[in-house]
Amino acid sequence: MLRNTNAFLAALAVLGGSYVLLILLMVIADVAYLGDRLPATVKDVFSSRDVRDSLSLSLSTCTMAAGLSVLVGVPLGYLLAREKWPGRAFVEWLIDIPVVLPPLVVGLSLLILFHVKVGGQSLEEFLNKRFDLRVSFAVPAIVLAQFAVAAAFAVRMLRLTFSQIPRRTEEVALTLGCSRAGAFWRVALPQAKRGILGAFTLSWARSLGEFGPILVFAGATRGRTEVLSTTVWLELSIGRLDAAVTVSLLMIAISLMVLGLVRWLGKEDELVV
Amino acid sequence: MITVSDLCVTAGRFRLDRVAFTVPEGSHAVLMGPSGAGKTTVLESICGLRRIDSGKVIIAGRNITALPPAERNIGFVPQDGALFPHLTVRENAAFALKVKGWHRECRGARVAELARQLRIEPLLDRPVANLSGGEKQRVALARALAVRPPVLLLDEPLSALDSDSRQNLREILQSLRQAGGVTILHVTHDAADAESLATQVIQLPAPHAGPAAA
Repeated sequence: MLRNTNAFLAALAVLGGSYVLLILLMVIADVAYLGDRLPATVKDVFSSRDVRDSLSLSLSTCTMAAGLSVLVGVPLGYLLAREKWPGRAFVEWLIDIPVVLPPLVVGLSLLILFHVKVGGQSLEEFLNKRFDLRVSFAVPAIVLAQFAVAAAFAVRMLRLTFSQIPRRTEEVALTLGCSRAGAFWRVALPQAKRGILGAFTLSWARSLGEFGPILVFAGATRGRTEVLSTTVWLELSIGRLDAAVTVSLLMIAISLMVLGLVRWLGKEDELVV
Repeated sequence: MITVSDLCVTAGRFRLDRVAFTVPEGSHAVLMGPSGAGKTTVLESICGLRRIDSGKVIIAGRNITALPPAERNIGFVPQDGALFPHLTVRENAAFALKVKGWHRECRGARVAELARQLRIEPLLDRPVANLSGGEKQRVALARALAVRPPVLLLDEPLSALDSDSRQNLREILQSLRQAGGVTILHVTHDAADAESLATQVIQLPAPHAGPAAA
């Protein structure tokens, strides 16, 4: 009996472990590829103004995209989890599109959206003339491209979060004098704190890895619309493999730090609650 | 006094048909009936948490049928207590006081009074997550009673408790009624609870099959 159990668990571990091993080997391969050159390439990469700019643009655009994702994810996730309304199934189906769509298509669709002429003027031209705002092939395009995909993940996560919070607590808050908005604010939202934090991180990490839509909608202009994923591609395209691998390692390190931060915050939260 | 007249509620295939009863002021009425008879639905309808097809709910002479739950001034303790997990016991008890804008000192005094009455003084600064079943019910009672509602609705408050906690809570409920000022409507399926607490028993008939099931 025990032997059977052990064999079963070992089989699960081997199958599941193969994926863990793949991830580990990919990271090890990156480090091993650079080998002794690693300290020198790290120094080179960080002394490059382009990479430093790209890093800071990545950090700021990811933060904006993640913030926007949570801003739309909280109300939409709540409405999907709590209310029945006509067209809900259609909306649920619609918000899954960015998740399954090839990223390039998202970028292309954004580009078309901003440049198709309606009444003799495109959205890009309108924003340009009215607000002096340039979107395509500029920084707003990066944020929008990241947000278009990341928000779908945030909405899914927040819908799950709100559906796991018992409706009863909000109902009790209503009987205790809260309006519907008050019950949301005082009872549902604080309970969703961890889900919101998770959705922010997931969108942030997803935005960091975004490449296809950014390339199509924001371009890859060195020093202007260059984020870390673009840097990897630009360095690769001019044959500087060492720099590409080093920036990749930097992206891995940032992702690990973000995920670590969330785990730590989650643990802190557990202690408090 | 609670007066419910001709209350009709439909939810899917379930139907509550022309429920009517009166609970005199200061009494402890027990609402009994087989599973699925709609006991919780009656409480939710009185609280305003469920849309009713027709009927009237009158509390202390005031027709509250069309009012939102926040304006009904009814204390409601749902089956599992439904405490707010992100707040401490003290914050749970003070919740309605804060919503209604009570001053901090008045809130503190009222919570202290409730804590004495419901025997939750040692628990006040604890998170609610690891309270026992009986403790949770007492905290939920404190939260519901904070703004001194004239009516208290309890949904099987004793059902999941061990015998000591059950006896403890029975005593608390008895003392609440004796202290006066609150009319209690209490859902249970336990005849012993009814016998020890009730001044009146209201019996709901077996579930009514809706037209779809007929």
